[in-house]
Amino acid sequence: MSRLPSWCPWPFLQGGPASLVLAGLLALTVAPASAADKRSGYQDASPETQAMQDDDAANPGFLWVQQGETLWSGRVGNANRSCADCHGAAPATMRGVAARYPMFDARLGRPITLPQRIQQCRVERQGAAPLASESDALLGLAAYVGLQSRGMPVQVAIDGPAQPSFEAGKALFTTRQGQFNLSCAQCHDGLAGQRLAGSVIPQGQPNGYPEYRLEWQGMGSLERRIRNCLVGVRAEPFAADAPELADLELYLGWRANGLRVETPAVRP
Amino acid sequence: MVRVLISVPKRVKRGEAFDVKLLISHPMESGQRRDDMGQAIPRDIINSFVCTFDGDEVLRADLFPAIAANPFLSFAVVVQESGTLAMTFTDDHGAVQTETASVTVE
Amino acid sequence: MLRRRFLVLAGSGLLVPLAPIRPVNATPAQVAALIAELVGDAQIRDERVKLDLPVMVENGNSVGMTVTVDAPVADLRSIDVFAEGNPLPHVVRVRFGPHAGAPRFATRIRLATSQTVIAVAKLADGSCWRDSVDLLVTLAACID
Repeated sequence: MSRLPSWCPWPFLQGGPASLVLAGLLALTVAPASAADKRSGYQDASPETQAMQDDDAANPGFLWVQQGETLWSGRVGNANRSCADCHGAAPATMRGVAARYPMFDARLGRPITLPQRIQQCRVERQGAAPLASESDALLGLAAYVGLQSRGMPVQVAIDGPAQPSFEAGKALFTTRQGQFNLSCAQCHDGLAGQRLAGSVIPQGQPNGYPEYRLEWQGMGSLERRIRNCLVGVRAEPFAADAPELADLELYLGWRANGLRVETPAVRP
Repeated sequence: MVRVLISVPKRVKRGEAFDVKLLISHPMESGQRRDDMGQAIPRDIINSFVCTFDGDEVLRADLFPAIAANPFLSFAVVVQESGTLAMTFTDDHGAVQTETASVTVE
Repeated sequence: MLRRRFLVLAGSGLLVPLAPIRPVNATPAQVAALIAELVGDAQIRDERVKLDLPVMVENGNSVGMTVTVDAPVADLRSIDVFAEGNPLPHVVRVRFGPHAGAPRFATRIRLATSQTVIAVAKLADGSCWRDSVDLLVTLAACID
């Protein structure tokens, strides 16, 4: 095994130890976590980070929730229509909705994520320009809708027409990628609970998005987190609207079924 | 304009301290970082925070770049009667913003 | 040592792959000089101030901190916090007014590396008190 390049984002992988770590990964037999073993990233966070999530007055994600709540009733676009004009009061009508995303969209013939659904509504129902990807406004709306499912179990459906997308997502999760030649499953199924430098490797459960990451010093989507992972293994990240991304998010959602929605979660 | 979340108890007791918590949406750019092109990112922080109750000071803080992004501040206040808490922030560009929260003594 | 330093910077988001920078951090001597300036002729003693910080820091980008002073709030003039290992060591200065309800202040701070953090309280009678915490900053493994 050759030395990793000096720009490797995981400097502890450089030189000698890299050979050992990667050799260990290559030898692993990967098995997905069984339902009973599902762990939210919350359980792997420090008590301080958990406390930050638990107190709504101290959880910075609520700055985005507040913005989303304002946007919910703001009229925009050629239709001069707000989210509330169609959907009413979010605490009633959006309860449990985010727990079911991504969901299969029959008209599009593929799974659609919650931020994509918000964009679809914006363009088709409100006649407005789509919001910028990862913008505070889009994250805010997704966080506000997500909050209405907080505490409810993730319930992502993969049956019927969603089955091929699910299988495609599963294949992506278990396919080795990038210059490090690693699959998602090798770390997040096979090595979850072990340590990568000072941090516990989480199962990579998506039950808190959009979430506030201390690493980002801000809020971000699951798509952003997946992009980080792909860059981390030196693979080409998916484009924002790539069907692969929705397939992978569908698989991740199914994998998290039963875990409680924590939006807006706080993670290191 | 920054977004601010102020958390104050719904009702407080006369002469008894209560906690105030604040979240402020601000990157608190430290001036110590560089962008992908190697250019220094200029410092841009909220450098001053003052909290008053009906014009009298609760506390004031000078904030430096070591304050985390999206600042969280928490402290205790004591009042003798109902009134208004005013929180004033000043950033590196000199922009001043004041947010208020009413306090009701039961 | 160098490797740890690199890791800590990476974890704190101060380093990006294309543009590594290693800011020059403060030294204990610089912080001692700042504190000497603050307390003037007064003696400073390791009592009456409680600086609450985790000893193991998961991510240096945001570390919850509470400073509590064992004195009537009416007697408390100011709290200053210094981080010996940050590029800019002065973290915060808080002055207390007549409506302050307790001799306490909490916020979240950035820590560039494993280091000692010091809180100094100044009372109305001119006396100065301090507390310090030695902490280890680990990191999250992936960089944005």
